[in-house]
Amino acid sequence: MSDTNRQINSAMSPEDRPGRKPPFINVAPSPHISDSRADTRRMMVDVLLGLSPAIIVSLYLFRFYALKQLIVCVVASLAAEYFFVRMRGKSFTLKDCSAMVTGVILGLSMPGSAPWFVGALASVVGIGIGKIIFGGIGMNIFNPAMVGRAFVMIAFAQLMGAGAYENVTGLVDAVSGATPLSALKFNGVHTDIAPLFMGVTNGSIGEVSAGACILGGLYLIYRKTASWQIPASILITVALIAAITDIAGGYQGVFLLHHLFAGALMFGAFFIATDPATSPLTAKGKMIFGVGTGCLIMVIRLFSGYPEGVMFAVLIMNAMTPLINRWTIPQPMGQREA
Amino acid sequence: MADQPTALERFVQGILPENPVYRQLLGLCPTLAVTNGMKPALTMAVSVAFVLVCANVVISLIRNLLKPHLRIVVFTLTIATFVTVADRVLAAYMFQMSKTLGPYIPLIIVNCLIICRCEVCASKQNVITAAADGLGQAIGFGLALASIAAVREILGTGMLMGFRVLPACWPDWVVMVLPPGAFITLGLLLGLVNYIDDKREQARK
Repeated sequence: MSDTNRQINSAMSPEDRPGRKPPFINVAPSPHISDSRADTRRMMVDVLLGLSPAIIVSLYLFRFYALKQLIVCVVASLAAEYFFVRMRGKSFTLKDCSAMVTGVILGLSMPGSAPWFVGALASVVGIGIGKIIFGGIGMNIFNPAMVGRAFVMIAFAQLMGAGAYENVTGLVDAVSGATPLSALKFNGVHTDIAPLFMGVTNGSIGEVSAGACILGGLYLIYRKTASWQIPASILITVALIAAITDIAGGYQGVFLLHHLFAGALMFGAFFIATDPATSPLTAKGKMIFGVGTGCLIMVIRLFSGYPEGVMFAVLIMNAMTPLINRWTIPQPMGQREA
Repeated sequence: MADQPTALERFVQGILPENPVYRQLLGLCPTLAVTNGMKPALTMAVSVAFVLVCANVVISLIRNLLKPHLRIVVFTLTIATFVTVADRVLAAYMFQMSKTLGPYIPLIIVNCLIICRCEVCASKQNVITAAADGLGQAIGFGLALASIAAVREILGTGMLMGFRVLPACWPDWVVMVLPPGAFITLGLLLGLVNYIDDKREQARK
């Protein structure tokens, strides 16, 4: 990572040096893309398209509550991006849509009942402290949306914790009870798998439908906007650990499917962990990243006080990303092992 | 030793231009640990002030007897003496506060701010200068602790020194009184101080 940073600094913005032609090989902060048609804006629009099934399901299930969370988070994210970028004296970066993506992901990861200031504060902290202070898009160490969510999760445990999900006066009956993972953890109650997959359950507004997340996620992978290695390795790891627990407890597969389709796992695996700026660069590194995230998710789900661990798992693995990058530097062709 | 700062310069330097926390980044352990409320922060600041001034005076008095290779040991023993005094006084007269601060009062012994002042000033200059230096640095330390504690306590609980300053509908940002809040507040305030400094530097040019 340090090497990458040095390269970035030395080759930063060719327009700084007047009278010189911009170099053919331009080194820029990640996301690194070799396809010249692909730019950050196209990637971000892809992510928004990929998120649309989850957005539609959330709007259908939670109606006004979902709309409120999405609008609050997007508006606050854009405002925070504008404000913090201005403060750093840098050119304006709203056009690449990255702040919008952060806002949408943050909105989708909120409980429907959260008051407006929770989403707004999460956006400001996520964009400001999570992203711009580290140097803006591509330079951040931690996923901005998850930094913001972790901040409000700890700041407003009452409004963001398991209890917050139970008092939504949702318009669909199924969404007023405890979330599936809370019910499993604290009451030992399983939710049926079909509603979990379709999303007719309670939860953060964007995570409820595993089906919608898989649909959007496959689109991202088809467009090569997200790598397949990260979601695949996360899901396989979670499935393996859940299967072991399942067999050990004699649940006959219910436990396994429940852990796969409940909570933020699908949403996190496809949309949060795949953030190119905060995940490793190489295919091997992405696998390590995914396995680590999957293990941490299951450790937190099974052994900690929290019913769901996607957010903390992704944040912890974000911190490991520079190390994983250093481990998995690819051998240039023809070079012998040192 | 001709160009050593005078007592007045030492005193003024310690408060803002060479603020121990914001300029020298010394003594960050208590800065992070006890600033979740104004009361523990002020108690810590007063304890540090007492230890710092006393240690500076004593070191300055014995500075001609110090052997170079033993000076750190002597500093530490002197500081430890006064820390023990402060710790016992707190335990005797402010038992609850002493419980709240826990190990952080004994930890003043290894507070690098005090060792630094003994090394930089007290072991080289006369008693008056050393005392003024200790007092100035202690005031600077207290100001830094108070500023961080004010931000954290107001945002975290809506109160300051136990009085409500924000309306009762204020949603407490619990994270601000927890350890992450200390790091975030210190970082942001440091940035603010550097920003103001830059502005003043530019204005002077």
